[in-house]
Amino acid sequence: MRKIGVFVCHCGTNIAATVDVKAVAETLGREPSVVVSEDYPYMCSESGQNLIKDSIRDYGLDGIVICSCSPRMHENTFRKAAASAGLNPYMVEIANIREQCSWIHKDKAEATEKAILLGKAAIAKVLLNTPLIAGESGVVKRALVIGGGIAGIQTALDIAEAGFPVDIVEQKPTIGGKMAQLDKTFPTLDCSACILTPKMVDCAQNENIKIYSYSEIESVSGFVGNFTVKIRRKARYVDETKCTGCGLCTEKCPVKKVPNEFNLGLDNRRAVYIPFAQAVPKIAAIDADYCNMLKNGKCGLCSKVCTVGAIDYKQEDTFVEERYGAIVAATGYEIADVSRYGEYAYNQSKDVVTSLELERLMNAAGPTGGTLLRPSDGKHPHTIVFVQCVGSRCTPDKGKPYCSKICCMYTAKHAMLIREKYPDTEVYVFYIDVRTPGKNFDEFWRRAVEEFGVHYIKGAVGKISPRPDGTLDVQGSDLLMDEQLHISADLVVLAAAIEPSKTARSLATMLTASMDTNDFFTEAHPKLRPVESPTAGIFLSGVCQGPKDIPETVAQASACAAKVIGLLSKDKLKGNPCVAHSDEMMCNGCSNCANVCPYGAITYSDKEFRMPDRTTKTRRVAWVNPAVCQGCGACTVACPSGAMDLLGFSNSQIMAEVDALCR
Amino acid sequence: MQVNEQTGFVPTIVAFCCNWCSYAGADLSGTNRLQYPANVKIIRVPCSCRVNPMFILRAFGRGADGVILCGCHPGDCHYTTGNYYTRRRMTLLCSMLDYLGIERKRTRVEWVSAAEGAKFAKTMRSFAEEIAALGPNRRLEDLRVRKSEPEGRVPDAE
Amino acid sequence: MNDLKDRVVRMSGSRVERCMRCGKCSATCPSYEDMEYHPHEFVYLVERGDVEKLLASESIYKCLTCFACVERCPRGVEPAKVVEAVRLIAVREQGKNRLKPDDLPALTDADLPGQALATALRKYAK
Repeated sequence: MRKIGVFVCHCGTNIAATVDVKAVAETLGREPSVVVSEDYPYMCSESGQNLIKDSIRDYGLDGIVICSCSPRMHENTFRKAAASAGLNPYMVEIANIREQCSWIHKDKAEATEKAILLGKAAIAKVLLNTPLIAGESGVVKRALVIGGGIAGIQTALDIAEAGFPVDIVEQKPTIGGKMAQLDKTFPTLDCSACILTPKMVDCAQNENIKIYSYSEIESVSGFVGNFTVKIRRKARYVDETKCTGCGLCTEKCPVKKVPNEFNLGLDNRRAVYIPFAQAVPKIAAIDADYCNMLKNGKCGLCSKVCTVGAIDYKQEDTFVEERYGAIVAATGYEIADVSRYGEYAYNQSKDVVTSLELERLMNAAGPTGGTLLRPSDGKHPHTIVFVQCVGSRCTPDKGKPYCSKICCMYTAKHAMLIREKYPDTEVYVFYIDVRTPGKNFDEFWRRAVEEFGVHYIKGAVGKISPRPDGTLDVQGSDLLMDEQLHISADLVVLAAAIEPSKTARSLATMLTASMDTNDFFTEAHPKLRPVESPTAGIFLSGVCQGPKDIPETVAQASACAAKVIGLLSKDKLKGNPCVAHSDEMMCNGCSNCANVCPYGAITYSDKEFRMPDRTTKTRRVAWVNPAVCQGCGACTVACPSGAMDLLGFSNSQIMAEVDALCR
Repeated sequence: MQVNEQTGFVPTIVAFCCNWCSYAGADLSGTNRLQYPANVKIIRVPCSCRVNPMFILRAFGRGADGVILCGCHPGDCHYTTGNYYTRRRMTLLCSMLDYLGIERKRTRVEWVSAAEGAKFAKTMRSFAEEIAALGPNRRLEDLRVRKSEPEGRVPDAE
Repeated sequence: MNDLKDRVVRMSGSRVERCMRCGKCSATCPSYEDMEYHPHEFVYLVERGDVEKLLASESIYKCLTCFACVERCPRGVEPAKVVEAVRLIAVREQGKNRLKPDDLPALTDADLPGQALATALRKYAK
């Protein structure tokens, strides 16, 4: 017979006022197998814990029941106390006689009776508890960052700085992401490339960082501390080890009419190209959709001019398999499609552009060399209208339900830069609300109005009609004047909503990380764990978790790196021992459990069993990986043969509680 | 304690609560001192999907008059999908109990989040009232184990 | 007062509380200049429960029911349906038609599209 100790806490008067703690201790002390039953004013206090520890040693207890507050409060405290007295911490059960008894009942007799019953149920359970030891698993000291924008770059740099190797996987031929395309950054108006490219170079030069550019994630398996990731290295038809990035091929390539995605199609590039001058890695790539040699075998010019023989038309996709301890999602965002809003005439006129297109039009490295010119006729625009909230703050059928957060600030930035550079230009901004929370942010947009004379109009644009003379008739409302306006504009800039990368959802499926309805990754806790995914070992950096500007992205990226470093600096991970466990003798290999497991923790293997007649038989049986299992218990109910059980919450333990409460 | 005023019947009610939402909701109703009848006794499980329909039948077999199962709201499960399984399993169990002629109201499934202390207390009050009005569970009670067991008996492992 | 609001909301099926006051309905409205109360004010007055002001205004008869505002409202508020509901209430309370088929020839002029007449009759001869 097991020896059980019962400890009843008064919690000052919290419990003792409505529950007769002495009576509870006395009654529970008469239960068979209970050898000691005590009450104490504060069981969680130092002396209370000492009382428990001493009793464990003095009576040689096999299990203890604490009648106290909610196990969500002090279960760990008492488990630690038990462990320090040499008792397995999972031989502790808590009867919740505060939140679920003394605090909700007024009648003392009634509450005392219920407390006794709850105590009996806990005793019934603890009699069936088994000592559990938390499993340990190793940690691969290498991190994977998916996405090479500013979020991924910052996370990788911080992890590398701490001494851990990091791989960046970027689907484009260069890292840098959206920030590389920007002109100036708010609220200080420093040049984006000037602050980003040194970080890109740091990445390339840091010996702890390895960049897989032009690559995608093919598959992910494993669990926290031990992921195995297959990376597809897309064929770029250029030998990375040989290419020096001299750019000769990109000058000689005869295919000149390929829309340049880096400039958002505002100009053209060649079929062999380096995305931009400061690309990292600075290695050319051949666009197989346009290259004459790859399409019909006629050309080969780039290979002739290449002095190092780096061009390789026979290159194929290759695969790399690597093991990681932690994975960071930093997949960033895209600009939402604005052509669905016919009233803005985005498809009808070249002079209706998105804000990101305007960034390129204003960028010194952009298609116009930094002079702001209309895309349609290359003339200088004199009246520019900005439209806010295009596709943001809509009902889900009309666009994105969220605020894209960065538009108010970058529009103020654009308006200010234009007014500064071209004082003869009139700038109008149609806004619904100006949202500028952040350090120096409100001052920034007020400066646009007060110092730069930007016209902010409270209202929306209802229709944009291109006129034969090349101007755009912008029809909008001025809600403060209660007027409908018509502005004859040369250029209209749409502050398009931002949306998560199209690749994010398939990646989330591979990572078993959860997403919200907008395809943003969900954080483990919206306030207290903002850079972790609910799936252990998966971390979130940047806009893939929600709209944010560069300072916030960098802050989150570093926070994310801190969490990754915390994980990688551990040699062993302690798991939750209350995990599912399959009895091989009873398992019939039906796969029901594996089908309901949300974590993919259950695998099958063929195992040989000795039969009673001394023959051996091979059977397919389930095995639960204790490092992956989170202990939900879905499999235990799905199992038709009763082979699957949950440690710490076993079938017999719960039945024992049921019996104790009903009897 | 919920009592049927006419018959003096005091129901026994078992509530299975998932650790992450409903058990925390129950704690919250305690923290807020929101009363509900002492007939309700809570059993903590990691997730509502841990509750085998057998546990519910076992409770009825041992003389429970009502069983309520509480989990996170659909979509909010700590384990992502657990409560969806619960919802399906309980639909089946309830229709089976219905088929057997057991009052539909004796079993209930509710979604209570960790923030819904008031909802937890309200749900328990209304459930206890309903069970008190229904009267004792006779059809599913296992008479062989009826209250005559010696106290402190360790139940068989299934 | 709120009875009227409830009626408008029920008849139109419009969710006026969804309005975020962007003014896109008024930006898009082709009969804006003829109106005393503009589409966004329609929505706002109904949300406030001030339906009487709208009932007394000529604005309710100026709406062409072109549904441009319904099409473009980012919040799915459907202002034209609100206007139509208020108009129906006015017409029903007056108990008489504002327009008879015999009045039409006098109102026609060469610039008026034929469809406008059909719409007008549908609107005012309820």
